[in-house]
Amino acid sequence: MKASSTGKSLQITNYLLLAFAFVFASLVYQPAFAQGPTPTDDEVNAIAKQLYCPVCENTPLDVCPTEACRQWRELIRTQLSEGRTEAEIKQYFVDNYGARVLAEPPRTGLNWLVYLLPPAIILVGAYILFRALRAWTKPVVASAGSGESEAKPVAPQDDYVARLEEELKKRK
Amino acid sequence: MLAEFGYGVLMVSFIVALYSVGAAIFGVRNKSDAVIESARRAMLLTFPLISLSAATLIYLLVNNHYEVAFVYEVTSRSMPTYLKVTAWWGGQAGSLVFWSWLLSAFASAVTLRKWDRDREFLPWVIVVTAITLAFFLGMVVFYENPFARYWQDINGQLITRIDGQLLTSVFTPVIGATTFIPDDGQGLNPLLRHPGMVIHPPMLYLGFVSFVIPYAFAIAALVTGRTDDRWIRLTRRWSLWAWLFLSFGLVLGGRWAYDVLGWGGYWGWDPVEIAAFMPWLTGTAFLHSVMIQEKRGLLKHWNMVLVILTYALVIFGTFLTRSGVLSSVHAFAQSAIGPLFFAFIGITFITSISLLIWRWPELRGETEMKSMLSREALFLLNNLLFMSVLVVCFWGVIFPLISELATGAKVTVGPPFYERATAPLFAALMFLMGIAPLSAWGHSTLNTLGRAIWKSALAALFLTVVLFAVYTKNLIALIAFFLIALVLFVTMQEFWRATRARQRAQDENFFTALARLIGRSRRRYGGYIIHISMMLMAIGILGIEIFQTETQGTVAVGESLDISGYTVEYKELANWDVPVRGNPQVNYTRAAVSIFKGGVYLGELYPRKDYYYDSQQNMTIPGNRSTLRDDLYVLLVDWQPISANGATFKIYVNPLVNWLWIGSLLFLFGVIIAAWPDKDPEQEPVRVNKRARQMSAAD
Repeated sequence: MKASSTGKSLQITNYLLLAFAFVFASLVYQPAFAQGPTPTDDEVNAIAKQLYCPVCENTPLDVCPTEACRQWRELIRTQLSEGRTEAEIKQYFVDNYGARVLAEPPRTGLNWLVYLLPPAIILVGAYILFRALRAWTKPVVASAGSGESEAKPVAPQDDYVARLEEELKKRK
Repeated sequence: MLAEFGYGVLMVSFIVALYSVGAAIFGVRNKSDAVIESARRAMLLTFPLISLSAATLIYLLVNNHYEVAFVYEVTSRSMPTYLKVTAWWGGQAGSLVFWSWLLSAFASAVTLRKWDRDREFLPWVIVVTAITLAFFLGMVVFYENPFARYWQDINGQLITRIDGQLLTSVFTPVIGATTFIPDDGQGLNPLLRHPGMVIHPPMLYLGFVSFVIPYAFAIAALVTGRTDDRWIRLTRRWSLWAWLFLSFGLVLGGRWAYDVLGWGGYWGWDPVEIAAFMPWLTGTAFLHSVMIQEKRGLLKHWNMVLVILTYALVIFGTFLTRSGVLSSVHAFAQSAIGPLFFAFIGITFITSISLLIWRWPELRGETEMKSMLSREALFLLNNLLFMSVLVVCFWGVIFPLISELATGAKVTVGPPFYERATAPLFAALMFLMGIAPLSAWGHSTLNTLGRAIWKSALAALFLTVVLFAVYTKNLIALIAFFLIALVLFVTMQEFWRATRARQRAQDENFFTALARLIGRSRRRYGGYIIHISMMLMAIGILGIEIFQTETQGTVAVGESLDISGYTVEYKELANWDVPVRGNPQVNYTRAAVSIFKGGVYLGELYPRKDYYYDSQQNMTIPGNRSTLRDDLYVLLVDWQPISANGATFKIYVNPLVNWLWIGSLLFLFGVIIAAWPDKDPEQEPVRVNKRARQMSAAD
C-alpha cells in the first residue's frame, strides 16, 4: 500500500542524491569527540521514532532503511553522547529541516486548525444528529399525499426473531 | 504495430462509452426504447473492446517490448511471466486501464440483468457508469497512455522533449523517426513483487469499482424520481461485495506491509492507506444506514449523501493510491491528471448533491422515530462516529497541502495525530456494536436494554478483572478489552438465544438449528459474525498498538539480544546472488538466529535483506515466529560485510497480532454469508405491497 512504482521513481532519485550528499559530508566531517558512553540503538530509536526524514515520505526515521536516514540516526547518537536532551535534538532537526520532520504539526498559528477543526465538525455533527433525533421522536404530522402516518410494518426477519422471543418466554 | 492497435482500440472504447452516454440521454428524452437499447449495447461493447486493449498491453508486457515506456518502467527480462502480467497494475497508466476494464465488466454485468420492473433506471445507470468509464478512458487516451513509445531520429539520437525528458508517443513524432528499443526494462519495484501486493491492488480496485454501481442506481433513482428504496434493494449485494473487496484489499495491504516493509507494523496512517480507508468508512456507514431505510423508511436523504460521498472518495482514492501527488503542492501541479481528477470529483459531486436537493421534498421519511435508544437511533449514532473518523482522516490527509499553500511550510500529519483522534471514536463504535444488536427496531428503553445486556456486561467485567490480575494494568487496554469482551459476549448470546429457541421450537439438534438460523437470516447473522471478526481484529490491533516492545543492538556471532522474555542469538550470516539467465538479479544477505524463551530452544529464524540489482533497491524481509500469544519479529538491519562477525538486529515482540489475521479470515466468512445470493427472491413484499397499495389507491 505504501509504494507506487512510477510515483516513487522521482522520489528514489531524490533520495539517492541526498544519500550521496550525506556520504560525501561524512567523509569531510568528523563527529565531535564523544563525551559520554555511546548511546544504545534503543536510545537513538526512541528519538528517531518521533522524527520523519524529509525525503522518505511517511516513514519514521527509526525504521527507514535508507542510507540518508542511517546517517541521521548517527547524528542523533552523536548529539545524545554530547549530552543533548531529546527536546534539544528534535529542535535541532526542526531548525535545520523544517517542522515537517515532526510526526505532528507543532501547535502554533495555522497548525491549530489541524487539532481544532475535526472536533468542531464532530460536535456540530453530533448537535445536528441530536436535533434531528429530537424532531423525529416527536409524532410526525401525516405528510401530504402519502396519507400514511402509521408505523411501517416490521420486516419478516424481525417477526421471526419476535416469534423466537415469545417462544423463549413461554418456555421460561 | 501492436502499440498502435492497443491504443486504437482504447480510443474506440472511449468513443463508444461517450456514445453510450449520449444515446442513453437521447433515448430518455425522446422516449425511444430502441435508442436506449443501443446505449445498452454500446455499454456491453466496451467490455470486449477494453479486454482486447488490455490483452494487447499484457502481450507487450510479457514479450519484453521495452520500446513501450510503460513496459520499460514496470518490467524487466528477469521477471517471471506471472509478475509481468500483474505489472499491468504496477504503474499508473496500466492501473487506469485495469480500473476501466473492471468498470466495464461490472457495468456490463449490471446492464445484462432483467430490467422488467426497473426499466426507468436503466438509461441513467448507463449514463452514470458510462460517464465514469469515459473519464477513466479519457485519462488513458489523452494523458496516461500505456502504449506510448520511445523514439530516435534518423541519426539514432533519442528524441527528447524541451524539458529534456524522453519524448514518448504512440505514433511517429517526426518524419523518419524509428522506435527506440532499450535492451532491458527497469523492472517492477521489488516491494511490489510480493504475492500480497500482486493481489492487493486488484482487491482494492474491485472494491472501488463495485461501489460505482450503487452510486449509479442512487443517481438513477434521483433523476427518475423513484425515491422508494428500490435502488437500495437492487444494489444491496453489490454494496456488500464491494465492501468485502475493499475490506480485504485493506487487510492484504496491511499484511503486505507487515511482511515486506520491515517496520514491524501493518498500518502507518500513510495518506495512501487513508485514501483507501476513507471510502471504506462511508461504505460501512452506508451498509448500516440502508437497513434503516429498508426497515423503517427513514434516512433517505442521508443514504444518498453516503453513497455520493463514497463514490467521490472512491475516485479520490484511486487517484491518490496511484499518484501520491498529495505529498506536495508541486507534485500536484506538475501531474497532468491531478487537476482533471479534482475537476471530475468536483463536478460529479456538485451535480449529485444538486440532484439530491432537487428531490429533497420527495425523500421525506415515512415514519417517525419512537425512541432515542431504538436500533435506528443507535445506527445513526454509528453513522455519526464513522463520519467523525472520516473527518479526522480527510482533514489529516488534506492539511499538509493547506498548510503549504497558506504559509509555504510543509508539515507532517502522522500516526500520533490519527491515533489520538480516532481511538475514542473506535471505542465508542465498539460500545455501540455491543448494545445495538440488543435494541429493537422502533422502540427500546433503558430498561429493556439493561435487562438484555447485564449478563454480558457482567461477564465482560469479570474477564476484565481477570486480565487486570494476570495480563495488564494498562487502563486504556483494560477499557478496550472490556468493550471487546462485551461485544463478543453480546453477539454470542444472540446466537445462543436464537439457536436454543429454534432448537426447542423445531426440535432440531443444536448445530442444525444454528446453521438453519444463520441460513434463514443471513444478513443479520452474517453481520454478527462480522462483528465478532472485527473484535478479533481489534484484539490484534490493541496488542500491537499498546503492548509492542522493541529493541535494537549489534552483536557478534554467538552473542544474543534479550527482549520480553525471548533471547535471540546470532548464529551466522550468508550472502549469495540469485542469478537469472547468468546475470545476478538479487543479492540475498541472510542471518540465522536461534530463539530461546526461558532457556528453552524454540527454533531458528532467518531475517534477510535482499538487494535488487536492476532497481538498486533494498528489501528487508523479517524472520517472524508467530503464535497466538505474540509474534517475534526479527529484522536484519546491518552487518559487517568482511568479517561477518557483527550484525545489527532490530527485534519486535508484537503481542496478539495474529488475531488480526485470524479475524480477517472470519470476516471474509461473515461477509460471504451476508452477501450470498438468496434462493428465493428478496423479502420485498412489504415494500412491493405498499407500492401496490399506493397504486391501487391512486386508481
